[in-house]
Amino acid sequence: MEFQFLGLGILSWIVFIPILGMIIILLIPDRNRNAIRWTAAAVTSIQVLLAGIIYSVFDQAKTGINNIESFQFVEHHNWITVDAVPWVGKIKIDYFLGLDGLSILMVILTALIAFVGVISSWNIKKMVKGYFALYLLLIAGIMGVFVALDFFLFFIFWEVMLLPMYFLIGIWGGPQREYAAIKFFLYTFIGGILMLLTMLALYFSVAYTDPATGESIHTFNILHMMNPDNFVDGGLLGGLDTTWRYVAWMALFINFAIKIPIFPFHTWLPDAHVQAPTPISVILAGVLLKLGAYGLLRINFPIFPDATLYFGYFMAVLGMISIIYGAFCAMAQDDFKKLIAYSSISHMGIVILGIAALNTQGMVGGVLQMFNHGIITAVLFLSVGVLYDRTHTRGLYDFGGMANQMPKYTGIAMVGMFAAMGLPGLNGFVSELFSFLGAFAAYRWITIISVTGIIITAAYILWTIQRIFLGKTPDRWEDLKDLTLREYISFVPLIILIVLLGIFPSLAIDLINSSLSGLVELVTGGGI
Amino acid sequence: MVEQILHSISQFYPEIIIVLTLCAIIIGDLFAKGNSNSAGLIMLDGLILAGIATLFQIGTNEAVFHEVLAVDPFAVFLKILVILAAVFVVLFSMNSSELKEYQSRTGEFYMLLSGMVLGMLLMVGATNLLLMYLVFEITSISSYVLVGFTKKSRRSSESSMKYIIFGAVSSGIMLYGLSLLIGVTGATDIFAVNAALNAGISQPVIFNLSVAMILVGLGFKIAVVPFHFWAPDIYEGATFSIAAILAVASKIAALGLLVRLFTVSFIDIGTMSESGVWQTIFTDDVPWDIVIGIMAALAMIVGNLTALMQDNIKRMLAYSSIAHAGYILMGVVIFSEQGVSSILVYTFIYLFMNLGAFYTAMLFSDSFHTESIEEYKGLGHRAPMEGIAMTIFLVSLTGLPPTGGFIAKLYIFGAAVSAGWIWLVAIAGITTVISLYYYIRVVRNMFLYNPDEGASRAKFNIRSKVMLGVLLVPTLLLGVYFTPLVEFAKQSIVIFGLK
Repeated sequence: MEFQFLGLGILSWIVFIPILGMIIILLIPDRNRNAIRWTAAAVTSIQVLLAGIIYSVFDQAKTGINNIESFQFVEHHNWITVDAVPWVGKIKIDYFLGLDGLSILMVILTALIAFVGVISSWNIKKMVKGYFALYLLLIAGIMGVFVALDFFLFFIFWEVMLLPMYFLIGIWGGPQREYAAIKFFLYTFIGGILMLLTMLALYFSVAYTDPATGESIHTFNILHMMNPDNFVDGGLLGGLDTTWRYVAWMALFINFAIKIPIFPFHTWLPDAHVQAPTPISVILAGVLLKLGAYGLLRINFPIFPDATLYFGYFMAVLGMISIIYGAFCAMAQDDFKKLIAYSSISHMGIVILGIAALNTQGMVGGVLQMFNHGIITAVLFLSVGVLYDRTHTRGLYDFGGMANQMPKYTGIAMVGMFAAMGLPGLNGFVSELFSFLGAFAAYRWITIISVTGIIITAAYILWTIQRIFLGKTPDRWEDLKDLTLREYISFVPLIILIVLLGIFPSLAIDLINSSLSGLVELVTGGGI
Repeated sequence: MVEQILHSISQFYPEIIIVLTLCAIIIGDLFAKGNSNSAGLIMLDGLILAGIATLFQIGTNEAVFHEVLAVDPFAVFLKILVILAAVFVVLFSMNSSELKEYQSRTGEFYMLLSGMVLGMLLMVGATNLLLMYLVFEITSISSYVLVGFTKKSRRSSESSMKYIIFGAVSSGIMLYGLSLLIGVTGATDIFAVNAALNAGISQPVIFNLSVAMILVGLGFKIAVVPFHFWAPDIYEGATFSIAAILAVASKIAALGLLVRLFTVSFIDIGTMSESGVWQTIFTDDVPWDIVIGIMAALAMIVGNLTALMQDNIKRMLAYSSIAHAGYILMGVVIFSEQGVSSILVYTFIYLFMNLGAFYTAMLFSDSFHTESIEEYKGLGHRAPMEGIAMTIFLVSLTGLPPTGGFIAKLYIFGAAVSAGWIWLVAIAGITTVISLYYYIRVVRNMFLYNPDEGASRAKFNIRSKVMLGVLLVPTLLLGVYFTPLVEFAKQSIVIFGLK
């Protein structure tokens, strides 16, 4: 099936419609704030709609991963071609987009979270025009990373996100915003440089033979990089299990680990979260962190299967440390937002543990956990935002008895918290279970230790519920208003998904199963 | 004989036009006192004509005047860059308030600028050691005077003085080096030098000494560590437009000279194969390619680290341009056609982004009367368009996509990776991260702080907005579509005598 409009495929539209929205917003006069907000809302609604179309026609049986034929909605055009010269061969960079089971959940998640983020940005007052323009640019970058199949394109989208995020935290953030913003920027930029160098090394090591002309062409095409036959003789990254391949894997891993973030690369995250405005925290935890895990699965695993197997144990250990360490840190916080930030580290640790298992169960669990965690933390950060808007404090000890004051809010926030805790019947349970099951088969003791993280998680979440919702209401919060309609709109779709995927996890698992089996097969060569 | 001279003259039009412009400015200045822009306009016309004449030279590959001056694609590419940079600098100067005070002397200013341009045009083509030194001095002497042009300012006079002392010493050393080289090889044109060296280096000590001395002189002009000390002081004292031409055109021209001198003179003729990778004749005693690699690494490290501590925007840009010279030198150490083409790509993009940064800094200095980065706080809100433009130029200098600066870095890093200089690329990568901090500090001060209470928006004239646009478009466009530039650079790697 062809989905084209004005000559561009559906993936191009879903990536570039925010850019279009950004241009429109830049043309609207400053004072016309509502027009700006509605434009952003319209743009993100269209994205949700497009994601819906993609979901409805997506063929679950197709694998993708390293086979171009089984990618869907593919758009492949020449972008930059420099003709052959004796010394480098032909330079070829493609505009190459495609979707498979690995990326579809992420695309849906991005569209949804972007929409929710716009709704919760409605009460931003400062420089509305600049805010939404940067916001849409950020969304375009994120969406682009999830559908790019050319390393160069992937890299461009990856780096395009940095500057908008810097400004969104730096201009609209809390009191320590400059520090948090530059810390975020420097950390991710270090990763970006590592990725750039690895990308170049890969480029010079990989050349595919053009079937039509028979000439050897260096390429940034990720799928070509996955084929061991394409590595040129004497290239830096050729062969299997060489030191340079381990170094390259590690460079990419550090880049992605910073984004996820995995211990010990996580220290930027609590600062960024606490200082960022609510909607940006939602985007940050909801989708930005997923980029790291997605990058591991899209690039590290299939291009360097040998190194991935070699470092499997290492990843599992880091995952374990993140789970336990994140949970303990969360327990120690008295700032609501910081608590959720550390809980994100803990929950993303489960993703790493799951995918490090390198079996289908763990991999499905990990990818599903990426999606679920995106939804759940979005609810949690929105909950913090609701309280903060009303009281201008996030101190956990400043509250109490909110269940009496704001019953509807309490109900919704509690669903999010129980889902984060992994309560059966809600979505978090399924993905955590799968991740641990998969990991248990591969790394028994690591998994046993990691599972204790669940208990710590239960402890800090129940304690948080107690401190905020139960007990006696402090006098100064006697007349807090319950949720407004706008806040409802931002919460409801997420809550529906939490419950729905808790009861019918197969809705999501069916989408990703075939691709992830293919990936596991590719990495392990048909089974460990 | 006459025929050959006539033919040579036909390939010498750009330089002739600049000489005529120089004369026209002097004569025009006699009659048009008071009309401050006339000299600038004359120079602009001259530059445009010279540019057109240069465009006609695309595709030629020969050396004229008894092989003293090469008109090859490499020289033509760099000549175009020099002329482009000069056009922008003339436009900056015509819009600059620093020069308003010296209206009666504008003729002098543009005359000197023309002299400098003439020197640089010859510098990128010179194939004779004597001519190399001569044009090196033409450029230097004009720039000494230009740096001290605003003579009522103490800062300016001081920096001019420093520049002359440093410059004279280093060109003296370079002259000594050149004469030693002539002594060792018995030849003054670089092809004969190469032939003599390929026949065997009879006096390796003197040869190595001469290479070292030549590197000192060129290193001074390019401003790489450890010959960079002059740059921050001189940029700070000079006007923005002169600092810009020193940071861009004069650096590019000197690099052109360095590339030509080193690749033509010091490579092993036997290895000039189709592969495009050249073996040097340097012995293991002193591997000069590694020495240049270390110079590049030092320039990146020292330039970027010192820039972190600067508060004056001109000094910051000076250290940043030292660091960029380091990145460009990475292309030199590879000694391959790929290295040369990545140098060309880099310099082309560097021209636009660096001139843009200097120009926005000049606009800020004219409107807000400050060169201190600390005092930039909140200025982004008072001059949003200019602030955004400055942000884009600085981001491009950092090398973030989707700006041209990223493509420049991509090519130069790529060339070094493919040639196996991994340690050098690793240093370049780390220092790029460091550079982000000081570039983004300017952006932070502009946008992350609120402007002072009651501060009004600044007004900028339409001419400056157009200028910004002209500099912004290539900076951004080359980040997403660079095929034409790379094709052009690829065709321009032909150095006369090598192909």
